[in-house]
Amino acid sequence: MRQIAIALAGNPNSGKTTMFNALTGARQRVGNYPGITVEKKEGVLEIEDGKSVRVIDLPGTYSLTAYSQEELVARNFIVDQRPNVVVDIINTGALERNLYLAVQFMELGVPVILALNMIDEVRKRNITIDSARLAKLMNVPVIETVARTGAGKKELLGKAVAVAEKQREWRPLALSYGPVLDPALEEMSALIEREALLTDRYPARWVALKYLEGDEEVQRLGRSASPAASKLEELAARVTGHCKTMLNTYPEAVITDHRYQYITSALNNGVVTREKANEGIQASDRLDRVLTHPYVGPPLMALILYTVYKITFGLGKTPLTWVQDGFDALGQFAGAVIPEGLLKSLVVSGVIHGVGGIMVFVPLIMIMFFLLSFLEDSGYMARMAYMLDRVLRIFGLHGSSVMPYVVSGGIAGGCAVPGIMSTRTLRSPKEKLATILTSTLMACGAKLPVFILLVAAFFPDDSAMAMFLITMLGWIMALLVAKALRSTIIKGPATPFVMELPPYRIPTLRSMCIHTWEKTSQYLRKAGTIILAISILLWAAMTFPTLPGETLQGFEADKAAIEERIASHKAGSDSESGEIKALEEKATGIENEQAQAALRHSLAGRFGIALEPVSKLAGFDWRTNIALIGGFAAKEVVVATLGTAYSLGEVKSDEPEPLSEKLASDPAWSPLVAASLIVFVLLYSPCLVSVVTMARETSWKWAAFAMTFDTVMAFGLAVAVFQVGKTFL
Amino acid sequence: MTGHLCLRRMPLKGKGRIVSVAAEGELGRRIRDMGLVPGVEVELTGRAPLKDPVALRLRDFTLTLRNNEADYITVEMGGI
Repeated sequence: MRQIAIALAGNPNSGKTTMFNALTGARQRVGNYPGITVEKKEGVLEIEDGKSVRVIDLPGTYSLTAYSQEELVARNFIVDQRPNVVVDIINTGALERNLYLAVQFMELGVPVILALNMIDEVRKRNITIDSARLAKLMNVPVIETVARTGAGKKELLGKAVAVAEKQREWRPLALSYGPVLDPALEEMSALIEREALLTDRYPARWVALKYLEGDEEVQRLGRSASPAASKLEELAARVTGHCKTMLNTYPEAVITDHRYQYITSALNNGVVTREKANEGIQASDRLDRVLTHPYVGPPLMALILYTVYKITFGLGKTPLTWVQDGFDALGQFAGAVIPEGLLKSLVVSGVIHGVGGIMVFVPLIMIMFFLLSFLEDSGYMARMAYMLDRVLRIFGLHGSSVMPYVVSGGIAGGCAVPGIMSTRTLRSPKEKLATILTSTLMACGAKLPVFILLVAAFFPDDSAMAMFLITMLGWIMALLVAKALRSTIIKGPATPFVMELPPYRIPTLRSMCIHTWEKTSQYLRKAGTIILAISILLWAAMTFPTLPGETLQGFEADKAAIEERIASHKAGSDSESGEIKALEEKATGIENEQAQAALRHSLAGRFGIALEPVSKLAGFDWRTNIALIGGFAAKEVVVATLGTAYSLGEVKSDEPEPLSEKLASDPAWSPLVAASLIVFVLLYSPCLVSVVTMARETSWKWAAFAMTFDTVMAFGLAVAVFQVGKTFL
Repeated sequence: MTGHLCLRRMPLKGKGRIVSVAAEGELGRRIRDMGLVPGVEVELTGRAPLKDPVALRLRDFTLTLRNNEADYITVEMGGI
């Protein structure tokens, strides 16, 4: 027996994903549909008699039009892959609207089973559903389920297998669309069948229907399939004209009307019986009276956002330190066992630092997505979008853009990697793209050490104010750039804000854990490998070419001479500890100078020097340039690299005092240079990990755009700060 | 007392029946797909803190709509 393919379909918030998890458990694979970022999830399970069932989780949709990627994916999957059966997960609480999608599957003809999910909630509201009657009236198998508890799961699977084995051919449902459209549908279907236009993929009547709906995808396919397409378009245009004059409406409106009429008349024919007012919805309404209250709602939302941020980065701090310490220890261990030389440098600075840089984000991503799926599943996320939409719309964004911004560093110290990943909940493509491209302009946690260093050195008396202004600058720039992008290259009208506010529900721990695990493993698998490869490349750029032999020998000779003197002092009975200490310091000094010389000699160093004439416009010398190049790997590296460039040896990003003093006393530096550098670091190219994450969520083209655009904009502003400041101060 | 008015002007907690949906294209499609078609009863259950978007109850679920999107929808109040 071959494998049975079951496609799970349904509206968003219908419990489809919960059902998918209940059916497949941990045996699922998450990927993307080719070329787009819509998630593709599937799992295989074995049932009795050695049969296996493949369950595909289609994206949640309300309809099957060609307007959104999700709907197109769902539709194309059904016609191209022809699953044996579609299980439509219905939120029984909103039965009427959920059946609208089901009717469209039935019109396509694919065998359908309806799962009346969350039936328990409906019963609590004193509504009775006669599912046998629904099955009879709509001529489709109906199973009652509660995905959260797993009730009805077995029956559903059994029914799906039975239908898959019994019903092979597709049986399209032919609804009546009234006296104006029906004759036209007949005529068009006849023409479509005669010309065999797309009939290998779709039923003829369905194609005719799509022509009347003005479906661009079907029109496009039709044009390339047969010359008869132009005749169909003519016919459709004529019908549209009729509708306009006779009914004063559009064919697509008539079609929707009739579909809903079909559903409503079935439901009113003894399927739904209401006894009392809707209890469940009332409870949800009472919550909304507080949570979306004009005065109480916004402060509560601010508090919730702040709590999410606090928990993510507060709770994440401990495991993050463990990961960091763990990799530091590993680096030290490797440094101790591998002999001095390039291999050691590669393993310690390239591989271990690279892998450490990837792993450091894991605790943050896990906590973040755990909390996000709580907000999402509970229904609160939709309320946040509802409350904030008016403000964010001004900048061409969507109410849901706020979460990615806050996580990315809207409250200083966030991180753009989980921020970018959290835009998955944004279903408006243009708004989502603008959010992703601008979220990296926020004051993320890795930029903070750089700001702290510079603020401590040059604005020690106003440090709190300076940090606040930097965070504000991040918000202002993100919103302004979003507005600019949405008025130029991501132009287009706002995606309609027709959004469901699902009733509040308590999320299940299981689905929160599965969601968290999915996101984390996705990050590791997809981002991990590329990041490692590029961090090795960056290591190479900062290491090669190595210092020429004679220079190296010079340093070695100096070091050897000092070591000899230390040894002789130690051998002498009158060991003067003061003198030994001075000599040891001198030895460290030489080592630091050697590190500086090596960095200067490397490819990155030469690049930094070559850029100096340009970067001088913003007040940056070659040392700063190298540090900024290093900062591409991770922004906090700027501090460490500056340390090396100033011959200070290794400067830890959390203990920058020596570097801070050095910069404050260096004549090449001034508060103005510091301000210019702060602006540049805040806004220039996102770090490597963000860029890769960005590419994963959009495309490499957009990621490359962000790198270039941000760097040019940051440099322009830094130059402006420096030049204007120089003139007036 | 019956009167046709734009959905945007409906008072909070007001109930009405949809008379027409004038939107075309993607917006029209999305509005209709969610079940906002002529004849359906809607209740305006809330307005966001900045008075826009609005929240509507219809067919046992709640939907949000921006004011400029609600402008396409005409409702008939009273008699319900």
